[in-house]
Amino acid sequence: MEIAVCVKRVPQVGGRIVVTPDGQDVDTRMSGFAISPHEECAVEEAVQITERLGGSVSVLTLGPPEAADQLREALALGAHRAVLLEDGGREWGPAGTAAAIVAEAGRRAAEGLGYDLLLLGNEAADTGDYQVGVRVAHGLGWPCATGIKHLDVTGNGVRARREYRGREETFEFGLPAVITVKEGINLPRYPSLPGRLRARRAAIENYQPQWQPEGLRKLALRVPEQPRQQATVLGTGTDAVPALVRLLDELGVLK
Amino acid sequence: MLCLVELDEAGVTDASLRALTFARSLATGGDPALAAVLFGPADLVPAGLLGRYGVTEVYVVEPAALDGYAPQAWARTLEGLLSVTLAGAVVAAGTDCGAEVLAHLGAITGQPMAANCIAAEPAPSSAGPDGTLAVSRQRWAGLLIEDAILEGTPALLTVATDAVPALPVDPTPVEGADEPTVHVHEPDLAPEDLRIRATVSAGREGGMSLATARVVVGGGRGVGGPDGFAPLEELASLLGGVVGVSRVVTSQGWRPHTQQVGQTGTKITPELYLACGISGAIQHMAGCGSARHIVVINTDPSAPILSRADYAVIGDLAEVIPALVTALKEQRAAR
Repeated sequence: MEIAVCVKRVPQVGGRIVVTPDGQDVDTRMSGFAISPHEECAVEEAVQITERLGGSVSVLTLGPPEAADQLREALALGAHRAVLLEDGGREWGPAGTAAAIVAEAGRRAAEGLGYDLLLLGNEAADTGDYQVGVRVAHGLGWPCATGIKHLDVTGNGVRARREYRGREETFEFGLPAVITVKEGINLPRYPSLPGRLRARRAAIENYQPQWQPEGLRKLALRVPEQPRQQATVLGTGTDAVPALVRLLDELGVLK
Repeated sequence: MLCLVELDEAGVTDASLRALTFARSLATGGDPALAAVLFGPADLVPAGLLGRYGVTEVYVVEPAALDGYAPQAWARTLEGLLSVTLAGAVVAAGTDCGAEVLAHLGAITGQPMAANCIAAEPAPSSAGPDGTLAVSRQRWAGLLIEDAILEGTPALLTVATDAVPALPVDPTPVEGADEPTVHVHEPDLAPEDLRIRATVSAGREGGMSLATARVVVGGGRGVGGPDGFAPLEELASLLGGVVGVSRVVTSQGWRPHTQQVGQTGTKITPELYLACGISGAIQHMAGCGSARHIVVINTDPSAPILSRADYAVIGDLAEVIPALVTALKEQRAAR
């Protein structure tokens, strides 16, 4: 089973999110970076599948040279091979991102090592475009299921399940296929020390896909107005309980 | 303009009514026709309700033609209706279903798709050809807004589920008012469009849904471990609500992921969110910011969540919650 997992390097924003003065980016001078959460689970899922069925996990990212850090995080979790698609310092739209992934899958297939399964996150934490996986599937002519929380993979097919509006939807189709997953599909492991050492030494393949303009053009980013400001403090410790009970009564939740 | 309308047991979903409200405001900018596209039996189409939301035409695909949820086939159906209706835009709710179907439609038509819009209007003519839209859309689950130009024919967009309230054109139903024309549509589908079909069964999660609960008692790192949640459960049950948790709680494996409130979990909209031992990472606020009231119990008066809440008790949840439970029980017994 040859699996590719597409991950994205996203800022680790903590208590607040700040936009750069030119309004074009999130200010990341004070933040670290991580693999977007759904995709960290996609890496774990891929590693678990190859532990069961054999094969290898390639981890791909489209990003700046520093995104090699996130590829090494994935290698430390158990991925076998890493590919950096350099973004040339631009923000890529969903269609261009999908095309770069399709081209990498084509390169791999031409080497006779084509992927059987592509895993992505349901949506990236930062841009939230909700479409890269579907566009990749169309580019490859493969079936696709999105938002998956339970995945069973056999040698030739997948059974993918998700909850939607309180009901369970199950999709079944053959390989090759594209699946986008959500956090909760598994609990990602902590990287082992040998895993980290292996990841540090691993070679990373580099490619420079060509950026293309897209029909959705960002003008500026802004932080929406906050509906709430500072909380009114009712009191300290158990002394505040009578005030809290009165408040809950006023809010009408004690019926 | 086409609007994908989702149906559930109760009829048209709230998210779809909001999408129709949003689409209607955009339709008045030019092409006045608002066509709803539904998948289900024609005799279940709530034509009167759709009419009150400004729908002038309804295209319904019956189960005999296409049964159940099949996102690529639904997108192919919308593509076919584009040439029937000459619509310049396709709108859907920013739900898992709406986003997925419009992503397929974007791939099929080779057009851009703007996910989770909160505003859209015709762009100035300098921005692009006719039909180009100026949109505002959510990034970071709504923590950040992107103002953008959407140049596509058709324009494809989903509407953030909290972008606008659902508002009929005329709130009072009028007897014999103009109902939209209902067309039964037979889509032209290829076998590959039908590869992706959902088999639907009852959900695994029983009980009250986190997404629709009236009261949510939240627990975070301050709960201390998997054994600390019993008092929160008891409090939630006294308030007729459910327990929700922060991401750290699920990534530690203290509670199942189905209870997570936040960007990568569930977005909640309760009357009251009582956040206990939660610092308030911005991704958590993306999930609970739509609560009507937020009350915090936290030992740290400088925790970020206090700047996003209405009321706070500064104290240890392990002391405050049991005392609150006792007080509520006494009050109940006295009534």
